[in-house]
Amino acid sequence: MFHKTLSATAIAVTLAGAALAQDQSIIVQSTTSTANSGLYDYLLPLFQKESGIQVNVVAVGTGQAIANARNCDGDLLLVHAKPDEEAFVADGFGTERTDLMYNDFVIVGPAGDPAGIKGMQDVQGALTKIADGKAMFASRGDDSGTYKKEMQLWEEASVDPKAASGTWYRETGSGMGATLNAGIGMGAYVLTDRATWISFENKQDYAIDVEGDTDMFNQYGVIPINPEKCPSVKVEAAQTFADWLLSDAGQTAIADYKIDGQQLFFPNAPKE
Amino acid sequence: MHSIGDAFGLALSLVLSGDRDLLQIVLLSLRVSLTATAVACLLGLPVGALVAIARFRGRSVVLIVMNALMGLPPVVVGLLVYLQLSRAGPLGFLGLLYTPTAMIVAQTLLITPIVAALSRQVLEDLHTEYAEQFRSLCLSRVQAVQALLWDGRYALLTVGLAGFGRAVAEVGAVIIVGGNIDHLTRVMTTAIALETSKGDLALALALGLILLFIALGVNAAVQSVRLTAARHAHV
Repeated sequence: MFHKTLSATAIAVTLAGAALAQDQSIIVQSTTSTANSGLYDYLLPLFQKESGIQVNVVAVGTGQAIANARNCDGDLLLVHAKPDEEAFVADGFGTERTDLMYNDFVIVGPAGDPAGIKGMQDVQGALTKIADGKAMFASRGDDSGTYKKEMQLWEEASVDPKAASGTWYRETGSGMGATLNAGIGMGAYVLTDRATWISFENKQDYAIDVEGDTDMFNQYGVIPINPEKCPSVKVEAAQTFADWLLSDAGQTAIADYKIDGQQLFFPNAPKE
Repeated sequence: MHSIGDAFGLALSLVLSGDRDLLQIVLLSLRVSLTATAVACLLGLPVGALVAIARFRGRSVVLIVMNALMGLPPVVVGLLVYLQLSRAGPLGFLGLLYTPTAMIVAQTLLITPIVAALSRQVLEDLHTEYAEQFRSLCLSRVQAVQALLWDGRYALLTVGLAGFGRAVAEVGAVIIVGGNIDHLTRVMTTAIALETSKGDLALALALGLILLFIALGVNAAVQSVRLTAARHAHV
């Protein structure tokens, strides 16, 4: 009798456990480049197959992703603006920030190359030439990681582009793809992350003009959201996903993702 | 540049291929916007009817407000709903953000004023015709509202369609409260926005054409119901 009850309980517990694993889903607040480039479409099925956890991605700019995460509207944060990410953790909203992968920023421009920057490596020099020549430049003009990087580069080039806002300097206030569409539409230079550029399908006569400067390094980080600040967080599932991304399996999968033979993201999680 | 012809071809091949992702997106669009339209009619029609027949102080102010609310920007509605449903907001405990329910709530808020304001105008015109008859029959206000709603039902269908059209076409509200999550909250308009931002303009336009045909289909269905009903009424 006792035996029977015990095994029935065991079965019930097992079933409940299985049901739980199947029901599990988490929300990732993410930057747009990882989503628009198709990286998640490649990674998530691999992870779901292994863990049974459904990952739902909300892809917005880094600034909005962090703001949403501060409202506890997510379980994991995956963005690219290190100082902001560190502030997020310092304020207690994230448990820990870990380097996940990197790629780099590039400046793309029209075939005519009005500022004559094609082939330059020195990004600050290229920006100075754009400003001096009053060549059209389309900026994100939002709170994204890419925009923050752009602002930093202008500052290093000692140019205040905002003074020219609305003339040669155009702030679209939109995502990377929308800014590329707008920039290409008006013949403007655009600073973009390489992943979005490679996967972008409306390139027309545009090509990469400036690349390879170490200042254009673009680091992505992953941060599980802290249950102490956000009790609704699905801690275990979020941690499972973060651990997988940082594991050999996840890192290999990131490196394996290619478009037209080009690798988009380079894994660089710290080795255990 | 892609021509509209290319987009037509792509739209056709997408539809004919029976793409499952596309079907899911179309069905979610219909589910969200039709539900929002139904709820908006339940709320908006009685309000419109009451304001149509009632005479009270400040009525003209109410009319101005009702009409102005038809111009609610979707992105503002999205933000307001986000602030309520966010985990940090007063209704955060419901866990509704980034679900189809949140999208239905946002679209309902967006189009209820449209339904209320347009039905008010339709029913008020009808009421001027019927007012004397109502008085001679000594109808109560509730009975008058019922009679007006019933007799104006065909015109009110168009009001409902106007609401549906606004709901199914908007992107600003659903992208904020739904999050455009693949296989969960992605609808036609947010998919179009996404493909545009990927630079896949042909696919974006093809999806736009499909959305247009869905709207056509819904309108044709309503029209046929109306014609059938009218025919029965005359037999």
